[in-house]
Amino acid sequence: MNVEAMPQSPETFDCRIAFAEQLTALARADRRIVAVCNDSVGSSNLVGFVKEFPDRLINVGIAEQTMVGVAAGLANGGFIPFVCGASPFLTGRALEQIKADIAYNHYHVVLCGMSPGMAYGELGPTHHSIEDLAWLRAIADLTIVVPADPAETKSAMQWAVGANRPIFLRIGRYKVPAVGGAFEAGKIGTLRNGKDITLAATGTLVSRALEAANLLKRRGIEARVLNVSTIKPLDEETLLKAARETGRIVTAEEAVVHGGLGSAVAELLSQRHPVPMRILGVPEFAPTGSTSFLLDHFGLNAAGLAAAALELIG
Amino acid sequence: MSLLELSNEAKALGVGVLSPLGAFTPGERVAKLLEAARLLRISAIKTIAAAGMGHVGGDLSVSDILATLFFGVLHLDPKNPAWPERDRFILSKGHCAAALYSALAMRGFIAADALSTFMAPLSALNGHPNRRKVPGVEANTGPLGHGLPIAVGCAIAARLAKADWRTFVVLGDGELQEGSNWEAAMAAGHRGLANLTAIVDRNRLQQGARTEDTNRLEPLADKWRAFGWEVAEQDGHDIAGLFDFLSTRGTDRPRCLIARTIKGKGVSFMEDKVEWHHKVPNAQQVADALQELAR
Repeated sequence: MNVEAMPQSPETFDCRIAFAEQLTALARADRRIVAVCNDSVGSSNLVGFVKEFPDRLINVGIAEQTMVGVAAGLANGGFIPFVCGASPFLTGRALEQIKADIAYNHYHVVLCGMSPGMAYGELGPTHHSIEDLAWLRAIADLTIVVPADPAETKSAMQWAVGANRPIFLRIGRYKVPAVGGAFEAGKIGTLRNGKDITLAATGTLVSRALEAANLLKRRGIEARVLNVSTIKPLDEETLLKAARETGRIVTAEEAVVHGGLGSAVAELLSQRHPVPMRILGVPEFAPTGSTSFLLDHFGLNAAGLAAAALELIG
Repeated sequence: MSLLELSNEAKALGVGVLSPLGAFTPGERVAKLLEAARLLRISAIKTIAAAGMGHVGGDLSVSDILATLFFGVLHLDPKNPAWPERDRFILSKGHCAAALYSALAMRGFIAADALSTFMAPLSALNGHPNRRKVPGVEANTGPLGHGLPIAVGCAIAARLAKADWRTFVVLGDGELQEGSNWEAAMAAGHRGLANLTAIVDRNRLQQGARTEDTNRLEPLADKWRAFGWEVAEQDGHDIAGLFDFLSTRGTDRPRCLIARTIKGKGVSFMEDKVEWHHKVPNAQQVADALQELAR
């Protein structure tokens, strides 16, 4: 085999780069857009934004409750705040503010959970944000969006500016390849058609689901791959269609297996069209390791998804 | 007096839209504000009695503060509650909703007869205020320690917009035990938000006991000063003093008024009694209370 014919690893991207580019671009076009952060100028990649808009970055210091409350007040005053903080602290420390100040008030605030899942790898479970989807899915009126790649990150942000509602965006740090497909709010993207089984993934797991579909194809199995970028509200129609047409669903997410994407899909299907399912995610506090190591450790990779699919197909 | 009569009496006060008291002499102003506060207390007691639920003690301690704000200080337009240039008022101690709703009714944001639906099934008037259901409410408060951070955001918004409107937030004293207040106080002090005024309803009682026996707040003024605020301590039932402080803009830093109040103020058997935090008066007690509040 010559070198040219060998499969190349696709280029991968940190979605925070696209996030920062888009936030600055959106802020140029709309004076209502401001950023609010908790000493996270660097980790949220806001250095360029603050250089261009020094007055429109409100850094409240290491104070997540105040960060979220201040965003509510800014929205009250006519601004559109993008709240940028590491997802574990934004969602965990300020959960009641997200519920009461943002969602219940129904303020147009875009909560941006940076570096979610196990992006902080070796820093350990205190810094992992695997609970965010479960916590936030329980909050009424909050739209939850998990972009899978840089393009989807940008289009989701563009949508968020006009959405006039409370939104949580989960912005990945762990590098992912482009998965293709356009973001459409509230719609699941069908990245690959198949009739034998459905792989429904979100965020970092979407590209891995596509890889798993390639592995399954070698065994003659045609897997449908869904990019569930809007976790809430759930695109019920596309999921029910997938359940009817493929009869089996594997879900995969870089989040705890209780209360996230898998639970959302199970809640829907168990009541409307039950099919055999496997829910892949993180079942426990992670051991020490890099993000890459931990994703493999928990079977959140192509081999893990393919194995779960084969188990369901039997 | 029915709630409708109460509303009419409030209207007869001549308190309408936009700086209604601007044209009065100081003496007339105090008389009008005192009357507004008296009516507000009557309304709160009747509202709570009708519902059989509520937080009467705190409603009565904050009545003079609310009356001074709503009838003497705040620039509001009840016909256009979302007027962008309005002053922002946030009741962080959201459990005193009956007092807030009474002020909103007397100011014309909601119908006075709506007060009789307080906490009734499907009523817009929940036990804690909801801005999406009640015009004039700026923030859905209830969990303590939320109002000040939101108010800080409002004040930053006004500064960014180069707008003149001011932000006022009323805090319970017990709720200052919530750490989020001190995060926000620090942020406001750091930014020198002179367009922000916090009023602490310092009645010295929280739900279960005295604040100083529960988790000591004093020296409270020193705490706010240390966080970069201009602080005044004065009688929270002295209408003239309240008006003078609240109608004055800050210069280079946020302002905090520690309003020394009496929980249950105006009804002798409720005053400074911890049990009247959320005890509901029976018919005789309502009659006695209204008798004391009669002119």
